[in-house]
Amino acid sequence: MTAEAMSRKFNIDTVANAEATPGQDLPWAALGLTESEYRRIGEILGRRPTGAELAMYSVMWSEHCSYKSSKVHLRQFGDKVTDAMKEHLLVGIGENAGVVDIGDGWAVTFKVESHNHPSFVEPYQGAATGVGGIVRDIISMGARPVAVMDPLRFGAIDHPDTARLVHGIVAGIGGYGNSLGLPNIGGEVVFDAVYQGNPLVNALAVGVLRHEDIRLANASGTGNRVVLFGARTGGDGIGGASVLASESFDSSKPSKRPAVQVGDPFAEKVLIECCLELFKASVVEGIQDLGAAGISCATSELASNGDGGMHVELTNVLLRDPSLTPGEILMSESQERMMAVVTPENVTAFEAIMDRWAVEYSWLGEVTDTGRLIIEWDGETIVDVDPRTVAHDGPVYERPYHRPSWLDRVQADAFDAEQPTDLRAAVLELMASPNMCSKDWVTDQFDRYVQGNTALAMPDDAGVVRVDEETGLGVAISTDANGRYSYLDPYEGARLALAEAYRNVATSGAEPLAVSDCLNFGSPEDPEVMWQFAETVRGLADACQELGVPVTGGNVSLYNQTGGVAVHPTPVVGVLGVFDDVARRTPSGWREDGQAIYLLGTTKDELDGSEWANLHGHLGGRPPALDLAAEKTLAAILVNCSRDGMIDAAHDLSEGGLAAVLSEMALRFGVGARIGLDELCERDRIDAFTALFSESQGRAVVAVPRSEEVRYNDMCTARNYPTLRIGVVDTENEALDLQGYFNLPLDQLREAHQGTLPRHFG
Amino acid sequence: MPRIVVDVMPKPEILDPQGKAIAGALPRIGLTGFAAVRQGKRFELTVDGEITEQILEQARHAATTLLSNPVIEDVTRVEVIEEDAP
Repeated sequence: MTAEAMSRKFNIDTVANAEATPGQDLPWAALGLTESEYRRIGEILGRRPTGAELAMYSVMWSEHCSYKSSKVHLRQFGDKVTDAMKEHLLVGIGENAGVVDIGDGWAVTFKVESHNHPSFVEPYQGAATGVGGIVRDIISMGARPVAVMDPLRFGAIDHPDTARLVHGIVAGIGGYGNSLGLPNIGGEVVFDAVYQGNPLVNALAVGVLRHEDIRLANASGTGNRVVLFGARTGGDGIGGASVLASESFDSSKPSKRPAVQVGDPFAEKVLIECCLELFKASVVEGIQDLGAAGISCATSELASNGDGGMHVELTNVLLRDPSLTPGEILMSESQERMMAVVTPENVTAFEAIMDRWAVEYSWLGEVTDTGRLIIEWDGETIVDVDPRTVAHDGPVYERPYHRPSWLDRVQADAFDAEQPTDLRAAVLELMASPNMCSKDWVTDQFDRYVQGNTALAMPDDAGVVRVDEETGLGVAISTDANGRYSYLDPYEGARLALAEAYRNVATSGAEPLAVSDCLNFGSPEDPEVMWQFAETVRGLADACQELGVPVTGGNVSLYNQTGGVAVHPTPVVGVLGVFDDVARRTPSGWREDGQAIYLLGTTKDELDGSEWANLHGHLGGRPPALDLAAEKTLAAILVNCSRDGMIDAAHDLSEGGLAAVLSEMALRFGVGARIGLDELCERDRIDAFTALFSESQGRAVVAVPRSEEVRYNDMCTARNYPTLRIGVVDTENEALDLQGYFNLPLDQLREAHQGTLPRHFG
Repeated sequence: MPRIVVDVMPKPEILDPQGKAIAGALPRIGLTGFAAVRQGKRFELTVDGEITEQILEQARHAATTLLSNPVIEDVTRVEVIEEDAP
């Protein structure tokens, strides 16, 4: 025993001590537990918890780890899955990440998570470790990470604090992701004052693996050894841990406030390669990444998913800060750590691989069949619990919820501002606005093409990466959410988010296959927020069933609010699709002179909740109507067009409507077009302003080579989907020429579109 | 001209990847006598004229607001040095 451990031993709260001192006060409230939760821990254990047990329960029963408020609703994702939807699902919801079969023996795993609060406190490190955490989820499934994406929401673009967050968060994502050598292939950047005190930093990662390489994290096999490897454990991210000072009276400790997690991408890169080699050599039974709740989470989850027992000696944990108490070690969220279960005969082989990659490791204990998770500190028992009570049997709340009283008033307040007289100026205003402007300033700071497998990335509709270099097999991913739509109607908002991500993936030419979601909401203790959440889950689960794409996993982030004001309900939905060959991807801009420009779908007067309404400070009415059967048909048309070479460009219509799509398609490769709106206005009985700015769903614009026009029209007719020729690509004239309305030179459009972010943040 | 030196170090409980990398590199060039490395940074603020208490106070303010990130770093020194700048 070290002198230090000796000197501290007298202060350690052992199980024996807990039994002897039932009346001792513990700081349960400061650790975020309610009185009834604390009582329940006492009932489970039949005594008061030790300080270390309290630390474990408090983090594992937190909203973030236990999903205690959201669980009762999330069940719908499982209940509403049909057998047909399971067809491509190799690993479903509940594991570190879902795994989807994409054919030829290949599988992909993907997941989106939030790192909102850490990113507000320390933007660079918060965003960086968000990337690191989601990448480790992918590694622990046995997959090689191949790409990341980041859906971001910031406050008002001109608020003084926004620049601090934008600079830190964008640099953090780039700094970590670029160092790992992972392309960042898309995401979103949205500015809205509701996110001022609570930015949303979501991170998605995707990994690829062969079917036979899938690994699940569990601790099976009595006698198997448990090992912690990677970075050392320090005082990172121990929220409220200062109260655990009751365990120790050591006054020489460093500052007691919660420490920020600092990431080390180079250590993570080594960890990726090291874990993949461990899997390849079959020397590990299971690997679990350490994220939120650190060792508490890894030990209790591994044990309860396996044979039910584990015995750990906590002084074996390698520490960066030797003054940490047992409770702090259990709660620490130090980055770049993994836990594995290894059979005794593989110990030598495991150590050889660790040494080869110069990764530090320490053997903590072994798997048992006792059904108990026993953690000792220098031979004295400080934790003796049933791991299931920590990991899975946390509290479940049926939080009260009700429809917000203000919703009727908001929904009745339709957008009816006077139409602009100058459509040309209106298009320029829209394309320069914070949410519709070019996001190049952000995405240029991310490596998009590193590794050489990126087929499409921002600003195209979906990110596309090649999985198999021989065949061109690949995947497309898009993440979408519209908090404004969800504010107006959370049920429809969730369905619209899924529809847009689904449409984006199909627009790139890929067959949509599976869903991961990150649900960002305010406080679940507010019945109105809880109603928004319940409606969102119901809407998303229903829509997944109607479109036939299962949710494979994801994350819920609650308490996103400042004071009494919650963020807009923001269900970020990621859809993954598959390509037989990424070479046939459809880019989002036209290039060839004379190609016909067609609009698919019909346009209605749907400006409520639109970006145009947003520009005029209005948020009211109902979001655009959604017809999922139509979305399915549209997706099938877009995928077939790509497969049969009928289109050379495609872009889906969403925020900003036709005006945004025509501008973006022209700017993508700097090629102009002549567009006529008369026939469209006549057919859909709308005016030119509505044609340009409405956000009706189920629409896309495609560029069709002359030779394919007959075939293209026949296919749309056969599927009974409305399509209308609205113009022609014109390489001669570098302008967007809306005949009868205006001629907008691309230089001018580009200047407006690309100038906004550099002006605010450059 | 007199200068004020500001030293900034990562907080002791915060991971220091650069220090860790250096600690890993030392034994590779045969220097095995070091148990750990922490890497901080040093700023030199040159003053045109005499350093008054007011200027020193400005330097302290700059140190905690602009030169360091108080969430992950500590200012460990704000001090006047007399020798000439190189």
